[in-house]
Amino acid sequence: MTESDVAVVGFAQAPNVRATHGTTNGVEMLVPVFDELLDGTGLSKKDIGFWCSGSSDYLAGRAFSFIAAIDAIGAFPPINESHVEMDAAWALYEAWVKIRTGEVDTALVYGFGKSSAGELRRTLAMQLDPYFVAPLWPDSIAVAGLQARLGLESGLFGEEQMAQVAARSRADARQNPNAQVSGEERVADLLEQPYVADPLRAHDCAPITDGASAVLLASADRARELRDRPAWITGLEHRIESAQLGGRDLTASPSTSDAAGAAGAAGVEVAELHAPFSHQELLLRAAIGLDDSVRISPSGGALCGNPMFAAGLSRIGEAAGRVWSGEAGKVLAHATSGPALQQNLVCVMEG
Amino acid sequence: MTETSEPLSAPLEVGFDYTRSLGSVLGRFATALRQRRITGVRGSDGRVHVPAVEYDPNTFEPLDELVDVGSEGTVLSWSWAPQPLEGQPLEHAFGWALIRLDGADTPLLHAVDAGTSDGMRTGMRVRARWAAEPTGGIRDIACFDPVDGDAPPQPPAPPDADEQVTTLTTPIHLHYQHSASPEESRYLRGLAEGRLLGQRCPACAKVYIPPRGACPTDGVPTEEEVELPDTGIVTTFCIVNVPFLGQRIKPPYVAAYVLLDGADIAFLHLVLGCAAEDVRMGMRVRAEWKPRAEWDSTLQNIDHFTPTGEPDAPYESYAHHL
Repeated sequence: MTESDVAVVGFAQAPNVRATHGTTNGVEMLVPVFDELLDGTGLSKKDIGFWCSGSSDYLAGRAFSFIAAIDAIGAFPPINESHVEMDAAWALYEAWVKIRTGEVDTALVYGFGKSSAGELRRTLAMQLDPYFVAPLWPDSIAVAGLQARLGLESGLFGEEQMAQVAARSRADARQNPNAQVSGEERVADLLEQPYVADPLRAHDCAPITDGASAVLLASADRARELRDRPAWITGLEHRIESAQLGGRDLTASPSTSDAAGAAGAAGVEVAELHAPFSHQELLLRAAIGLDDSVRISPSGGALCGNPMFAAGLSRIGEAAGRVWSGEAGKVLAHATSGPALQQNLVCVMEG
Repeated sequence: MTETSEPLSAPLEVGFDYTRSLGSVLGRFATALRQRRITGVRGSDGRVHVPAVEYDPNTFEPLDELVDVGSEGTVLSWSWAPQPLEGQPLEHAFGWALIRLDGADTPLLHAVDAGTSDGMRTGMRVRARWAAEPTGGIRDIACFDPVDGDAPPQPPAPPDADEQVTTLTTPIHLHYQHSASPEESRYLRGLAEGRLLGQRCPACAKVYIPPRGACPTDGVPTEEEVELPDTGIVTTFCIVNVPFLGQRIKPPYVAAYVLLDGADIAFLHLVLGCAAEDVRMGMRVRAEWKPRAEWDSTLQNIDHFTPTGEPDAPYESYAHHL
């Protein structure tokens, strides 16, 4: 590792739950998450060089909600801080750049969302083209359903494969104490369930989740002090596709393919994929070129807990954990933002 | 803190008319819709995009050539909406569809009024149903209807040609259940009893009113409850001379930061009961409460603050609270 390298050295998350009593600025969720993340590192909040967050005012229902969240940090003396109105995986990208410039040697990245406060399906229509699409209020499940049917009818996958993704995710989530959904399901039983939005069944869709997560990044020197086996970021790339849904091939994810290629995804043993819908995991696996030997989302993935604006960052933390434990030598984490996999980020980490 | 009851929560309605300038390309697309025509824009590769877009989705070149396309088309994909949500094109179950209109190369997202999901299939032919009162937006297409066998299309007469549509207004209404923090809830419940409850940060000992979910200096929840008197001082103020929509008091009047005795943070309130020009930094004030029958869980229980006539607080006593 060279001195410009950056590693993931810490991860903590709030329990993924259907609803909390907390405020939409996330303070109640973030205070314990920050404590858990810093506990054992020897670092205090005052030692963090840069803070970067991902969240959304539309989810919170009020302007500048991310500013209120800063109360959870204790921002005195004044701190070095930034925010992205996207999943916090993109905040991690900004923090990674900040460390690579040499300006800071540690960064704490966090994301939070209280999805239960509003009507998530409608709120996410605000991500669509505001001129001639959003005025129709297409909800997030409807848009995902259009994408799923394109995949189904072009023969890329079948409903049984979608159900297999759901069954495997729920089975894996039994080992994840923070998961919102888990359990033993037979694929045949899942396929008996009614459609919630034909061609999607309930198990094909991520649950509505309140949650928060945080990841600690460190420069090469600091990383070695903070963890025996840091998860070195060897590739971190993100790409975006057109905002025009009809102008995209929704059965492929070229932005994921490009990001994965640029990040050096070949040879990963574990991949945490941010797929809020079962068919999107199948599209992502094809886009990245993951074969059956790659362990997919052992945490249970977003289908078992999808805290908006934190779930993608959580994928990076979960994947890094496989490196810290020695369970894997090379891992991949993927995050998505926007409708129907519009924006995609791939982070490759090695031990 | 001995918080046992749940935090207070209440519905929060957020609404705003989003008004957008359209520019030339989108403006011509919207103008055509108002005339009950659908246009697309020709992309760099010759493909026709509907809705019209200003820039090529692949090459990002600016696009400018609008072309008419048909008001009938073919469904490329669909999903079913069994229980439509507020604002969606139809109030009964319908199909969302990606529709490639005749003469277009990329599909338009819209609703198909198909009755039941059995009425939907990929490859089906659909026709635009026009809204009765066109406004120059995508909602001028009310929805699409399945084209039944040989039923002839019945396009209504387009309105007279008129000026180009230059702006688009989209009402946005979102609904939330807003929750106060446990600390704020104690404070709000206290107000309903005529009590002013602050909380002390366990780290820096500062007293916040309203109390905070976390002390902004230390990042830890405030905990120890402190009941504050309804007297304090003006730390800073402004004289409002400008009338504005929704104003409840005739200008000039004073909006001031009031620092209650024993508190470490001031809050904004009104100072009345003296001439505006007589209000000073450091002036001693006390709360004028509304009649008890009008109290609720709000700081509006205090109608305003009024001068007590006591000597002003010395500047040094509040300088660190400015």
